[in-house]
Amino acid sequence: MIGFISYLVNGISLGSVYALIALGYTMVYGIAKMLNFAHGDVIMIGAYVVFTTVSGMGLPPVLGVLISVVACTVLGVLIERIAYKPLRKASKLAVLITAIGVSYFLQNVALLIYGANTKSFTSVVTVPALKLMDGQLVLSGETIVTVLACLIIMAGLMLFMKYSKSGRAMLAVSEDSGAAQLMGVNVNATIALTFAIGSALAAIAGVLMCSSYPALTPYTGAMPGIKAFVAAVFGGIGSIPGAFIGGILLGIIEILSKAYISSQLADAIVFAVLIVVLLVKPTGLLGKQIQEKV
Amino acid sequence: MKKALSLLLAGSMVLSLAACGGSKDTTTTTDSSSASSDAAGSDTFKIGGTGPITGGAAIYGNAVKNGIQIAVDEINAAGGINGYQIDYNFQDDEHDAEKAVNAYNNLKDWGMQVLIGTTTSAPCIAVVEKTHEDNMFQITPSGTAVECVQYDNAYRMCFSDPTQGTESAKYIGENGMAQKVAVIYDSSDVYSTGIYEAFAEEAANQPFEIVSVEAFTADNKTDFSVQVQKSKDAGADLLFMPFYYTEASLVLAECNKQGYEPTFFGCDGMDGILGVENFDTALAEGLTFLAPFVAKSEDEQVQSFVSKYEEAYGETPNQFAADAYDCVYVVKAAIEAAGATPDMSVSDLCDAMKAAMADVSYSGITGKDITWGEDGEPNKAPLVVKVVDGEYTEL
Repeated sequence: MIGFISYLVNGISLGSVYALIALGYTMVYGIAKMLNFAHGDVIMIGAYVVFTTVSGMGLPPVLGVLISVVACTVLGVLIERIAYKPLRKASKLAVLITAIGVSYFLQNVALLIYGANTKSFTSVVTVPALKLMDGQLVLSGETIVTVLACLIIMAGLMLFMKYSKSGRAMLAVSEDSGAAQLMGVNVNATIALTFAIGSALAAIAGVLMCSSYPALTPYTGAMPGIKAFVAAVFGGIGSIPGAFIGGILLGIIEILSKAYISSQLADAIVFAVLIVVLLVKPTGLLGKQIQEKV
Repeated sequence: MKKALSLLLAGSMVLSLAACGGSKDTTTTTDSSSASSDAAGSDTFKIGGTGPITGGAAIYGNAVKNGIQIAVDEINAAGGINGYQIDYNFQDDEHDAEKAVNAYNNLKDWGMQVLIGTTTSAPCIAVVEKTHEDNMFQITPSGTAVECVQYDNAYRMCFSDPTQGTESAKYIGENGMAQKVAVIYDSSDVYSTGIYEAFAEEAANQPFEIVSVEAFTADNKTDFSVQVQKSKDAGADLLFMPFYYTEASLVLAECNKQGYEPTFFGCDGMDGILGVENFDTALAEGLTFLAPFVAKSEDEQVQSFVSKYEEAYGETPNQFAADAYDCVYVVKAAIEAAGATPDMSVSDLCDAMKAAMADVSYSGITGKDITWGEDGEPNKAPLVVKVVDGEYTEL
């Protein structure tokens, strides 16, 4: 029993990282209707910025994280401006390919600057681990902070979308960008803002992910990025609470299938569950049913 | 205006990239300059090398590239092989079988006569088919899979995967290091799987028991909580880790998190773990592994190589660099024993070198009095390395 609970805690720990990344994915997809496959690599850049500022230059962790958030925000807006905006009217496929290109570009830039050597990331989390049941169950400080960060960011984003002017502009753009423009919404600025927020989240996700799993390479963000994308689809892409639930569930399913079925088949099982969910609910767990008007 | 701005930004990115690349790649320029000056006549031995110098395995390819360069420079400065200078060209294969074959074809177009490569196992298995077809002499510094040297034209400098697994099991058993052993391995990797299988086979003859075997895959190697917990629950007092140090640093961190303190035993892929920037070396304290080369060794040849390498590339060489360095000298020894000249055809040169290899006995930085059997495997004794006080220590 204690084993099961401990696996569950590990699952939540992994899932909260997926959830945090998935929030950024779902945000950009929900508003700009594009899959930003470079999101995982922005995470990696965010982690490298913290590594450089905190471990390299000795700045306090809080300052390092702030610098990383600012750097990733600027990077996200630049990527949008240079790579995606010129393709706004091109086919979805062209934008998708560009996103994959940006992803490789970022990986190779990191490879040139930092080299292929693994860096060990020092955790920025100072919250002590929570030991339950005579130390048999350990809830690490990183897990606690990541889950809390997820919940705060999720609530913040939902409030922002509902009550702020720019948030409502985002909703309008996501429903019908043409009509939104006619109503006086600056579509370009709104999409840029979306990318800014998505990338700022990526920086936080990168820091927390590398605090939990401390090996940092230029490819660190790639696979978790894809898993988080799956989590976003699982929860219903475009839905903010969906990304959170999808991420946590994905983490738990992955860990439990590793523990009780096979450590090699974990990914296959995760994707099989995804297929079943999509067969039953094609829009994901919390996805909205959108009726196409003819 | 906006278009101009985006062009400017894109341009500055490209420039900054070029600047980053330029500072590192001094060896390439020396290669091409030596290539152009010697290309006139066929009075040089053309030695090619391949390995990943970009991508996730870049650290190994770069080490091999640099290791060969140092040996080539030494040999050329000392008068070459049989009086002929060496021409050296290294191509990137990105640790990809298809690209490795392309790299091999490029080198053939350049006029390669002997291949030192490839660096990693999977591409090596593909390339050895080609060298076998062309009957070209090939020696891989670090391709450990059995199939890397399955033909008689191919030789190996490092230990094969099964040898490492068998030797590790013997060492653990003979030294009574453990009663119960847990294994975690990478089931998507030939290197890791090869070592594990031989280890499991030999373990049956040894006085310890394997109580837990857990795997991970290339796409799922971020979280090791389950594998570590299962090893811990099985009561293992030794954790055998036949994989590379990047994953090992995560496994060690996870063990620390769970308060699990077994004896850690690895393979030569652990070499480099102390070089991970910012790594808490206390986590690796006591980690033991079999390796062919220790940079801290007091051996004169090793020290000379290490100081040259550090001077040229600003980092301590790993075993890949050492294996590659030795490869060049083995090629030299074989050519000298065969009395070969550069005007021989690739196939004739290979036959002459193959015949000579049977008698070559080489003492270098990855072993002393190494001989090669017909199967292309080296006969040499492994070193046992243990991490003590944050330093690799030879046992």
